[in-house]
Amino acid sequence: MDVSHSFTILGNGVAGLTVAAEMTRRGAAVKMIDPAGAPGSHACSWWAGGMLAPECESVVAERSIVSHGRGAAGWWAAQGAEVVRNGTLVVALGRDQGELTTFARRVRNARWLDAEGIGELEPALNDRFGRAVFIPDEAHIDPRASIATLHSSLGEMDVPFLVDGDADGEIIDCRGLAAADRLGDLRGVKGEVVMVRSADVEFSRPVRMLHPRFPLYVVPRGDGVFFLGATQIESGQRGRPSVRSVMELLNAAFALHPAFGEAEILEIGADARPAFPDNLPRIRHDRDRIYVNGLFRHGFLLGPALARMTADLLLHGSRPEAWYEDRRER
Amino acid sequence: MLGTAQYPSPAVLADAFRRSGAGVATVSVRREAGSGNAGQDFWALVQELGVDILPNTAGCHSVREAVTTAQMARELFDTRWLKLEVIGHADTLQPDPFGLIEATRVLIEDGFKVFPYCTEDLVLCGRLLDLGCEVLMPWAAPIGTGLGLNNEYGLRSLRAHFPDVAMVIDAGLGKPSHAASAMELGYDAVLLNTAVARAGDPAAMAEAFARAVEAGALAYSADPMDPRDMAAPSTPIVGKAIL
Repeated sequence: MDVSHSFTILGNGVAGLTVAAEMTRRGAAVKMIDPAGAPGSHACSWWAGGMLAPECESVVAERSIVSHGRGAAGWWAAQGAEVVRNGTLVVALGRDQGELTTFARRVRNARWLDAEGIGELEPALNDRFGRAVFIPDEAHIDPRASIATLHSSLGEMDVPFLVDGDADGEIIDCRGLAAADRLGDLRGVKGEVVMVRSADVEFSRPVRMLHPRFPLYVVPRGDGVFFLGATQIESGQRGRPSVRSVMELLNAAFALHPAFGEAEILEIGADARPAFPDNLPRIRHDRDRIYVNGLFRHGFLLGPALARMTADLLLHGSRPEAWYEDRRER
Repeated sequence: MLGTAQYPSPAVLADAFRRSGAGVATVSVRREAGSGNAGQDFWALVQELGVDILPNTAGCHSVREAVTTAQMARELFDTRWLKLEVIGHADTLQPDPFGLIEATRVLIEDGFKVFPYCTEDLVLCGRLLDLGCEVLMPWAAPIGTGLGLNNEYGLRSLRAHFPDVAMVIDAGLGKPSHAASAMELGYDAVLLNTAVARAGDPAAMAEAFARAVEAGALAYSADPMDPRDMAAPSTPIVGKAIL
């Protein structure tokens, strides 16, 4: 292992932090530079749902995200993050049952549940739905807590978090959408979320409600807090959640369970996810640096695999098995 | 014509366009616009498809909203073409015929080439033509339902009453056979979005639709037979009395 030279990681969102964790774990010297300061709300990963749900995601993405996302739950657990592995429940309202049928046909490892089966998994949804699809092998985490865990463990390993300064050694550019200044094919896809607290409803796993116009996922964060997300709009606008989007999310949540009508709104947020045209991430060598970017809506799901491949490449010279581009020769 | 929403990714969208052979891309302006040109990266990808852009006013529920969105679209895409949608019902998303007439009048006076998204109502379509529309875009069924030709009689009648007007079936097609049926009625084109974008393999579905459209158009030009009650064997059956 060649660890004689050091690396500078630009950006401390989920991409930068997962790469930093993989590099330092293998003994590389890493420093982080992010003008916005410590990991936190300036990165779009702050607003992530934290679902480690490769099968569900693969319904509208390439199959490759399943094989590369499968290890994410284990990776996050190994970092000390609290990972809950009890699957994903997928439902649809009465007249949208066709959506559920299509979904079940397209997702692998799915199990149909009847009303009784739904009630056993999520008592709060007892008698609310006649059938549902359950994908057992999926997990979820709290993104903010997980980011904090990575931050503190990197701090314990004396990784400096700087707001400016010169880069040492090789540059690993993980700036997300900010790197669009150098990556012409990177675009933003806006997502809006609402965080609520309710004492009247309890879920133990992410619940997705399919809908032709207003799809919703609800991720329990503990202590009665729920993440409601997320819109997907072709816009690079960071921030500015719209009334319409928030209304749609809240309406959908209310339709999922009327108790959400009485929930307290804790936060409304929006950010833009960095994405390449195929919505798949890249490890891209170009000119003076290597980019790790384009995680789209899969930062926590695919970050670990991307970080592992990046570390394998930079420390062992092994070519990543996916999503790699070397543009230095062009 | 293909819409550009709901695809798994812009790369899949581009594949679907290539395999569909579509010559026109509709683009929704309203939601992506936010403030300023926040959606311009996506629009640039659509423009790279190399097809004509037809901006639409999807999601507009009032005349004023539609007119403002149209003006924004003209600036953003540098085109006078506009697919005008004025939605009259939040649930079924069906066109508001009254708002549509009013917005069409305003926009044509303002120099737009209006492609109105309308129902198959003969009177409404006649008024839209009177206002100066050169193309009509009647629905087959509500947007995104995939139900196919809900009122075949109405669509047939519309085609027959205005034989020289360019007409595109917009909204409600779900399967290639629906598109073939529309073309067999003599329509000039179909506009698809959900049926392609939400298919398991959008690019393959785009090609399937392309073939269906071609088949339907060819069938129309070949003057298909009319159905009849009496069975008529194409090979004479010798030795049996058939009366």
